[in-house]
Amino acid sequence: METVEINLEEQFQARIDADVRIEPKDWMPDAYRKTLIRQISQHAHSELVGMLPEGNWITRAPSLKRKSILLAKVQDEAGHGLYLYSAAETLGASRDQMLADLHSGKAKYSSIFNYPTLSWADMGCVGWLVDGAAILNQVPLCRTSYGPYARAMVRVCKEESFHQRQGFEIMQTLCEGTPVQKEMAQEALNRWWWPTLMMFGPKDADSPNTAQSMNWRIKRFTNDELRQKFVDMMVPQAEFLGLTVPDPNVKWNQTKNGYDFGEVDWEEFWNVVKGNGMCNKDRLGARIKAHEEGAWVREAALAHAAKRKQREQQEKSAAA
Amino acid sequence: MQVAPSDTTALSAYSPEVRQHLFQYVLQLADTSLILGHRLSEWCGHGPILEQDLAMANIALDLLGETRSFYQYAAELEGKGRTEDDLAFLRVATEYRNPLLVEQPNGDFAATVVRQFLFDTFHFHFLQQLQTSSDERLAAIAEKSWKEAAYHLKWSSEWIIRLGDGTDESRQRLNKALANLWRYSGELTTPTATEQALQTLGIIPEYTRFQEAMTAHVAKVFAEATVPVPQETYMQRGGKEGRHSEHLGYILTELQYMQRTYPGMTW
Repeated sequence: METVEINLEEQFQARIDADVRIEPKDWMPDAYRKTLIRQISQHAHSELVGMLPEGNWITRAPSLKRKSILLAKVQDEAGHGLYLYSAAETLGASRDQMLADLHSGKAKYSSIFNYPTLSWADMGCVGWLVDGAAILNQVPLCRTSYGPYARAMVRVCKEESFHQRQGFEIMQTLCEGTPVQKEMAQEALNRWWWPTLMMFGPKDADSPNTAQSMNWRIKRFTNDELRQKFVDMMVPQAEFLGLTVPDPNVKWNQTKNGYDFGEVDWEEFWNVVKGNGMCNKDRLGARIKAHEEGAWVREAALAHAAKRKQREQQEKSAAA
Repeated sequence: MQVAPSDTTALSAYSPEVRQHLFQYVLQLADTSLILGHRLSEWCGHGPILEQDLAMANIALDLLGETRSFYQYAAELEGKGRTEDDLAFLRVATEYRNPLLVEQPNGDFAATVVRQFLFDTFHFHFLQQLQTSSDERLAAIAEKSWKEAAYHLKWSSEWIIRLGDGTDESRQRLNKALANLWRYSGELTTPTATEQALQTLGIIPEYTRFQEAMTAHVAKVFAEATVPVPQETYMQRGGKEGRHSEHLGYILTELQYMQRTYPGMTW
């Protein structure tokens, strides 16, 4: 038995190395399945919880056009959540269980959503920076080894880059507006800059799963590589907007052909991961409340579907 | 997405008095979709299941699109340089012309479904007729929005049936929501002086023309939901003439927050 298992593992890794996609019915190591379920469900949960900080501004959006764009964006996030839960289901996870894990705190979601959205400019920063960081994390996943995940990510990334442009445009409008608007934009950038750098995860030295995930081609770049890319991309954009990144150590480094930048506050990072962010309790509380208060609705839908099915069967047997 | 502006000669064909009526009435249509869309968007991220979060956001977005078409037309009718945003965000509560039904709070999912069903039943049948309006712009907006309203009505009808013919709890909640909200349904089809004037001119349909179809739809859905059609006959009204419930003030506080706090800015 053991030799067969070893051969399967070897064949699996050979397929991965040859960049052949793994599909739901293919054999895969348990650890690969588990890691993917963890990663995909965490991503799905992030979409679901991520609806809250932006949903917070839908009723207060400053114009009808902005309101429509924001509502459509949050709706897209719900859609992403759906594709991703479906992708995780192809690995044998059930949505009920995944949600139960979210609610119990066993499953995580992106820590960025534990920061509050305090002004309209935050809708700009969330699109421009948070979606910008998400895209850098996600574009490589369009080539990830697991087929259903890779295909879901192709759709997600297309919509995310659209959201990022919308976020940038909110910032641009503010920066070209009155001094009060420009100040609003700068104040939001000051709050969001460091938390978005944290979105790439701990330093490579503190990221024990990276090597295995790279080997399985679930992950394609390390955390630090992506963080560097992000800074290199965003610093010039902030300059274009006339805004100042809140890091005195940001400086162009000709030798590495990238920016040097300061150290992330890792104590804050781990605190938010552990549940001590400003909004951890509120965000999870809102999700649990929605789920619990929706229980009777889901039960009614199931009960009705069962009654309907029963009636149809009775009609069929009466006709026969 | 938006319906193209009318050419100005079409507008100048109206007498100042008719134009004023039409302006007030188009505002009423815009306010109605705006306020109901606002209420639905409050659900965003808090729905009973992700699929229904999506569905409610979808309906809210449709209504918001309709809102914009109507405000843009209203701004042209008024001809004083006000924009869609000026009309949506910078009026006082008594100037809003939405019926009372749409400003009622979301409550539980049953209350939201009942509010939506009562509105959709009217909205669908009304837009169907409005497509033949002598006013080309209204007819064009109606044509686009009617297709969307058909989907909304399907959604809310199906939920009335699921909740009525679901569990004991869902049935109780549905009945409770009906007992609270039915009294706001009559205002939808009770014409104000402005509506009567426009009906006489054939610009908007007589509501009696589709009252029977509405009643039949309600009866059919309620029969399938196995709940009785409420018999309550006393109907609240006033919203369409600017006399609102206490809820509208709070809606406007949020809705107008940015425009009031930062006047005259571009977003």
